[in-house]
Amino acid sequence: MTKLPTWADLVLVPLISLVLAAAISALVILGIGGDPVEAVKVMVDGALGSPYGWGYTLYYTTSFIFTGLGVTVAYHAGQFNIGGEGQAQLGGLGVALVCLALPWPHWTLALPAAMVGAALFGAAWAAVPAWLQAKRGSHIVITTIMFNYIAAALIVYLLVEVLRPAGQMDPATPRFPKGAALPGFHEIPGLSAIFTSKVPANVTFFVALLACVGVWLLLWRTRLGYEIRAFGKSNSAARYAGISPVKVILLSMLISGGLSGLMAINNVMGEAGRLLQNSAEGAGFIGIAVALMGRNHPLGVFLAAFLFGFLYQGGAEMGLWTSIPIELRLLVQGLVILFTGALDTMVRMMIAPFFRPRRKEAA
Amino acid sequence: MMAPAQDTGRQATAAPAIELRGISKAFGPVQANKDISIRVMPGMIHGIIGENGAGKSTLMSILYGFYKADAGEILIHGREAKITDSQAAIRAGIGMVFQHFKLVQNFTVLENVILGAEEGALLRPSLAKARRELKRLAEEYELEVDPDALVEELSVGHQQRVEILKALYRQADILILDEPTGVLTPAEADHLFRILANLRMQGKTILLITHKLREIMEITDTVSVMRRGEMTATVTTAGTSPEELAELMVGRKVLLHVPKAPANPGRTVLEIRDLRLRDATGVERIKGIDLTIRAGEILGIAGVAGNGQSELLEVLGGFAAATGSVRMNGEEIDLTGRHSDGQTRRARGIAHVPEDRHHLGLILDFSAWENIAFGYHNAPEYQKNALLMDNAAIIADTEGKIERFDVRPPNAFLPAKSFSGGNQQKIVLAREIERNPDLLLVGQPTRGVDIGAIEFIHKRIVELRDAGKAVLLVSVELDEIMSLADRIAVMFDGRIMGERLPADTNERELGLLMAGVADSAETAA
Amino acid sequence: MDYATLLQILASTLRLATPLLLACLAGLYSERSGIFDIGLEGKMLMAAMASGAIAAMTGSAWIGLAAGIGASLLLAALHGVASITFRGNQLISGVALNFVASGATVLIAQALFQQGGRTPPLTGAARFEPLALPFVDTLKGVPLFGPFYAQVLSGHSILVYLALAAVPASWWLLYRTRFGLRLRAVGENPESVDTAGVSVIRLRYTAVALTGVLCGVAGAYMATALQAGFGREMTAGRGYIALAALIFAKWRPWSALWATLLFGFLQALALRPDVIEGTLHMKIPVSFLDALPYILTVIVLAGFVGRAIPPRAGGEPYVKER
Repeated sequence: MTKLPTWADLVLVPLISLVLAAAISALVILGIGGDPVEAVKVMVDGALGSPYGWGYTLYYTTSFIFTGLGVTVAYHAGQFNIGGEGQAQLGGLGVALVCLALPWPHWTLALPAAMVGAALFGAAWAAVPAWLQAKRGSHIVITTIMFNYIAAALIVYLLVEVLRPAGQMDPATPRFPKGAALPGFHEIPGLSAIFTSKVPANVTFFVALLACVGVWLLLWRTRLGYEIRAFGKSNSAARYAGISPVKVILLSMLISGGLSGLMAINNVMGEAGRLLQNSAEGAGFIGIAVALMGRNHPLGVFLAAFLFGFLYQGGAEMGLWTSIPIELRLLVQGLVILFTGALDTMVRMMIAPFFRPRRKEAA
Repeated sequence: MMAPAQDTGRQATAAPAIELRGISKAFGPVQANKDISIRVMPGMIHGIIGENGAGKSTLMSILYGFYKADAGEILIHGREAKITDSQAAIRAGIGMVFQHFKLVQNFTVLENVILGAEEGALLRPSLAKARRELKRLAEEYELEVDPDALVEELSVGHQQRVEILKALYRQADILILDEPTGVLTPAEADHLFRILANLRMQGKTILLITHKLREIMEITDTVSVMRRGEMTATVTTAGTSPEELAELMVGRKVLLHVPKAPANPGRTVLEIRDLRLRDATGVERIKGIDLTIRAGEILGIAGVAGNGQSELLEVLGGFAAATGSVRMNGEEIDLTGRHSDGQTRRARGIAHVPEDRHHLGLILDFSAWENIAFGYHNAPEYQKNALLMDNAAIIADTEGKIERFDVRPPNAFLPAKSFSGGNQQKIVLAREIERNPDLLLVGQPTRGVDIGAIEFIHKRIVELRDAGKAVLLVSVELDEIMSLADRIAVMFDGRIMGERLPADTNERELGLLMAGVADSAETAA
Repeated sequence: MDYATLLQILASTLRLATPLLLACLAGLYSERSGIFDIGLEGKMLMAAMASGAIAAMTGSAWIGLAAGIGASLLLAALHGVASITFRGNQLISGVALNFVASGATVLIAQALFQQGGRTPPLTGAARFEPLALPFVDTLKGVPLFGPFYAQVLSGHSILVYLALAAVPASWWLLYRTRFGLRLRAVGENPESVDTAGVSVIRLRYTAVALTGVLCGVAGAYMATALQAGFGREMTAGRGYIALAALIFAKWRPWSALWATLLFGFLQALALRPDVIEGTLHMKIPVSFLDALPYILTVIVLAGFVGRAIPPRAGGEPYVKER
């Protein structure tokens, strides 16, 4: 098969995958009697047409950056971490415990502490599947799926039986103290000039940007990153080089779980102000799509997270203003994963003829 | 298959069992087979000999329908055969015994034999028939295998018999064997040759693909030599000599004499005492080895592949656990694998050019410069500070190494997979040799490497020895051992069969040791 | 716990185990052929929606069943194209198709019925009705067994008995027929099949299609027998529990039956916290029972209770070596 130039592989393949996913979605919209053009208009308008829309889009983007980076780090070590959802939920538990533990005087103190809680709990939830993979060879895809369900059950139990304050009906923790509330974009000097009404996007967005840089440094500038990538490319060669498989699997999965857990600062601390059931709302799974679409590179993850942020906010607006159900988002998400992750060979074959060396034409 | 009697008789005298006419096959720019023609008469054993990558396997894959030839035709018993897939090859009476067996490990022998050749939709009748048939074949050809044994419980030699039985069960009268002795012990190989002789007696035609001259001389009637995708000669075995075949294979006088001064061995660098290793399945692969390597000498380990040499390198390289004692520069090194790995070995001054550069020595997707840091990525000169690596320093270092080792193309950013075999090996060698180790472990240094690079690589290894370093060289190429080593130890079945000086021995004696025949002096002792 | 309650729970076990069993056997065919399928969930969901919708429109449960199988086959075909023809990542393909199903089912159901992504409640012939097994009345008088026969074994829809019959049928197909031999071989070592002149691709597509059919029945059972219509996300992770059961059963048909009955029993217990409390004299959180199948699977995967070794070629796209 023709080898594609690097730029085509990095940019063109994901773009075409996206176009294919969009085209199929448009057909589905037509099929259910909707108007695709109208839908796109509503989506763009709802997600990007106002500071309010941007406030939501960037809020979702923030969550997806974390879960996307989580999948990315594990992926480079050759581990497919589908457990981002459970890890993010456990991260939420960590955030809640930290925020409720002390009467925090100011968010600048609460944020670092909550980040530690989120990352630790997320990492802890990834630790068991990682350990089982490293030591017992249990397939990490299956164990992380199982741990998603176990996490959901555990959180329900804790919210219903343990953390719910007496007299409260809904299964949720008490509200966090005022000092643990993160400033939204409407409260940040400078940004508040643009975001005049209350939006969920908050300072966590900047933490997410830092995380992108951090993951890039980790993977391409540190010894651990080198070992992670080497092990991911060739387990046998890594052994020859003296790279410990156990260390790489454990650390990459702990970092992966920690990143997914960190997402909870955005939604649990930054938005809800308490821990609710199903707090991650599928963002852990979207991380898979984001990582695949972003070609497992932090810059790509950022762009893909933004795209999905747009899709989520736009999709919500679409659900509100058109007859097209909000579940279209799931369909698009699935199609993007399918084309970028499982059918990328097909996409490559589709564009390969355009990159064939000229001289072949004579043959 | 059920040809009329007089027809069969006519073919047996007139038409060759297999005839290839002008077969060509290219993979992209690589011409794997170029205009190849062979005629093999029925009831003959025909050898095809050539170096790795000469195009033998491609040719056989075409004959078995795995690839479609770009040009040329195949005639079976004088009739043109369109071999479009394996099914067609089987119908044409061709059976293939691959180098890597195509068996289902957790199936019984019977199940493996009938797979794809079942009698009907239900298994019971097929199994019964196969059981009878296997009994008959076992008696006829010395092909005894327990039909109810699970394949994973069989020895390699028995697994190979299952492959032969599979072909015979499908009524193959042309049998192709691809490097059949590569994984066999000498005793198993002898048994195989007896089977092949029996098959010839029954009128089967056999194509034997190998790169071992000894086998060709021992069993074949006629032999074809392949070199770089071309058929360079076809001769009768009786009318040729190993020397002539070797020259035809390589295209020039083979003796690669490396100019080197006599060795000047110094202090003991590595001392191995009673080294033993069991693999994951509990089989003892190294059965008590004692070896000593001194500074300034090359110790060559000769032996047929699979006699424990790879395991020896893995233990010394730090990625397999063993028992016994290994002292490096007088200090005991940990063999349990709990307190040591490739990193700690490197720190002790042991460098390792592994046998398999694709799976061990290189990360093929990594660039050349990333591979230069491979295994040494913790080296202080590659770090910018406590946290970050100094990629610029690694790239600069790589460019120096590329120049000194004449790696082509001289591009540090190219992924390792884009270099030729010889240049890949130079990258590994540059990385390991330039660390100036006290001990260099080298496995199959010139496997899959072009002739030009071979000389370069040999010269570098000798230079390292002359600089007063110890070298442990493992190679299945006897020529390479003979021309490089200062001392030769022969390994067989996990043991050292004997040690010789190159000047005091010859290929015949070494060959006997490699086959597990100990010399009288040592057995008496 | 008295005998009557036990019988109630056992009957409920059988009902709840049925979709798990069908999906588990479905996964067995695919994975035995070397194609991992974590998209059982999506196929069931798609089939549940299609069968619920078509049964509602036609008033026939059987036509609904056919539609369910068709919808499930469609997803199976996509999975086949991605993982067999284009040699894509089977795990990613499965994950993707689950999302596609989650989205598409609601979109289609909403477009068809405008009932918030549900299909209309099914009544009469649009549902599979309970069947009474023969001799129920005759055996009524037999102590212990009589009530067991009448209440636990009898009185289920035909799909339940179909699922139970699929167990010996699958065993027979797998171990007594040419197809089964080849199927098991292609999941262990596809080269052995290829060099024997049998098409790896055709075998794997056949297996994936069987998976589609069984998932289709499982989904149809959910919408037209267990419940009366399709509701969003109604499979609620059963595809994953079936996957867990498949591992638990070490990819064997009879073990699949026992594993799914066990998981079905846990689900039945989770519906009756009062019974557990009464029997054990302590409160077991329902969430724990919900999580138990997953916890058990992790323990099995960890190899602490007999190691689960998947088919050796599982997850690896087949490429003829050069």
